[in-house]
Amino acid sequence: MLTYVIRRLLYSTLVLFAASVLVFWGMNLVTSPIGFLRMQPGYSEQTVQNIADRKHLNDPIYERYGYWVKDVFTNKFGTGTVSDLPIWPDLQRAMGHTLQLIIAAELLAILIAVFIGVYSALRQYSVFDYTATTFSFVGLAMPVFWLALMLQVLFVNIYLWFDVRIFYVASLNSVDPGTGIHFVLDRAQHLALPIIVLAVASIAQYSRFMRASMLEVVNSDYVRTARAKGLDERKVTMRHAFRNALIPLVTLIALNFGALLGGAVVTETVFALDGMGLYFINALNAGDPYPVMAFLMVTAVFVVVFNLIADLAYGWLDPRVRLE
Amino acid sequence: MFALSERSAHPVPDPFTPAVTAGGAVSGADLSHQSGLELKARSQWTYARIRFFRHKLAVASLIVLIIATFIAMFPGLVAPYAFDEFDFEHIVEGPTLEGWHLFGTDQLGRDYLSRVIYGLQTSLWVAFLVASIATVLGTIVGAVAGYYGGVVDNLLMRLVDLILVVPFLAVLLVLSAYLGQGKPWRVGVIVALLAWVGLARIVRGTFLSLREKEFVEAAKAAGAGDMRIMFRHMLPSTVGPIVVTMTLLIAAAILLEAALSFLGFGVQPPTPALGVLIGDGASEGFSSWWLVTFPGIVIVTLALAVNFIGDGLRDALDPQQRVRA
Repeated sequence: MLTYVIRRLLYSTLVLFAASVLVFWGMNLVTSPIGFLRMQPGYSEQTVQNIADRKHLNDPIYERYGYWVKDVFTNKFGTGTVSDLPIWPDLQRAMGHTLQLIIAAELLAILIAVFIGVYSALRQYSVFDYTATTFSFVGLAMPVFWLALMLQVLFVNIYLWFDVRIFYVASLNSVDPGTGIHFVLDRAQHLALPIIVLAVASIAQYSRFMRASMLEVVNSDYVRTARAKGLDERKVTMRHAFRNALIPLVTLIALNFGALLGGAVVTETVFALDGMGLYFINALNAGDPYPVMAFLMVTAVFVVVFNLIADLAYGWLDPRVRLE
Repeated sequence: MFALSERSAHPVPDPFTPAVTAGGAVSGADLSHQSGLELKARSQWTYARIRFFRHKLAVASLIVLIIATFIAMFPGLVAPYAFDEFDFEHIVEGPTLEGWHLFGTDQLGRDYLSRVIYGLQTSLWVAFLVASIATVLGTIVGAVAGYYGGVVDNLLMRLVDLILVVPFLAVLLVLSAYLGQGKPWRVGVIVALLAWVGLARIVRGTFLSLREKEFVEAAKAAGAGDMRIMFRHMLPSTVGPIVVTMTLLIAAAILLEAALSFLGFGVQPPTPALGVLIGDGASEGFSSWWLVTFPGIVIVTLALAVNFIGDGLRDALDPQQRVRA
């Protein structure tokens, strides 16, 4: 087990190193920091050259890669190309907001999806089952940004017609959110719609998965054995079937969580939430390659770490799986 | 008259119990419902077609997709207006029968039904482009990796891993922000360059197991070259999963292109695409709800239809894969 973890960690480091090379070379292929500097209004060639010298933009690419890696480790990703503002504080703040959003959305999604999946499996081909299946098909076919916009349309129009403010449709807080419980309530009113949007997408995916996994377990031999022993149905489903059916879902959730940390781009953009996704989109729009690279690397780390967690969790929960 | 193939080893003892004809993949029992004397040799494909047409939802979805494709191919025939035609009599109006503005109009009085129809053209074209390129690329990479194995396999699969490590949408956004330049075909190529990895994994898996089969050994013994073995002997056995994945790729591409265009990194206005239309609609404020609603409904319908077709194809082409659930 320990050797497995160590080997996986080494492999992950290698993958991250390769990813960093890919990100740096790729960004270098498609962007030009110096060209970006020259496009800034009011920058003389002298200013451009000064910045280029300070950031080693005229050096060969492998040297620049070296400087970049050094910056990443000693200087927390350093600063952007134009502004001398450090990248990390912004990214860190955005990460905190994204975490709030994702954790809430995933918890909600897991609760609902597990219930839907288990109930659908136990009542296979019932009206509930068909309804749930239909909804998850629609959920998977629905663009995330469209759902977000439709909710905005709905709640804006409720506000316009009835003058009732249920949820806010943009940003993290009101201008004057207050303190204590008022702050929390205000934050909740702002985050509710993004959470619903993210949760719907996850519910559609998880509930299908949970249903399939539960069906497989319910029809397995050891569940039949448990019934044959005369255990009551509740105990069979909850203790024997349900707990085992959850195992594959744990893996899926861990993988999804890692991807979501960088992937709530669309939701955050629509709701103008100061999260990692919006940070990324703003950096892309501004055209500065360094913040974009910082974002890509941070999300790559998340994906790799959560992939590792998914594998370890699977091995820990299901002793039949040998991690070697 | 018996249309039995000469390959059939058994003489037919009794005309009322039909025997297996060519192919031999299906047992005689499957044909026994035919009481007539005439027997047709049915290929695997015939059976796949029959299975597909039994799937009512998939057939209905196929009809929807065919209609959508027809509309997309000849938008001028269907659309009441041109996509950039102004109607200053009707500005920011909800859906109305007057002047056939069924999907309403925007701030410039442009008919949204017509814009959606022209947008459908762009979006479907991009989706088909993505699916074709990604299928060819994924099949070739997967086939090479699975057939040769060893170092080649290792290198190609590590490349796949690497593409999967950095979040898909983020890489897509970076690439199209710098390389896309708003042209539909460029957007399509960029999405395809990342979308092939899933298919490559599937094809590699089947090729790994097919490699050990006797018919491949036989082909090798007969002196067939690697290319011939891969694409003439092994590929036909992989067609099922490939076609299914290709269908699902179309659905994914529709959604991805819409998201990219909405965020402003995909197809650029004035070219109408469904994602662009939703973005335009959203920027006009939320009191004109129809501008956001209708293009989105079209996207959901398309993606649903394609997914159902994929499901039907999976059941038809790959009956063993069918989930019991």
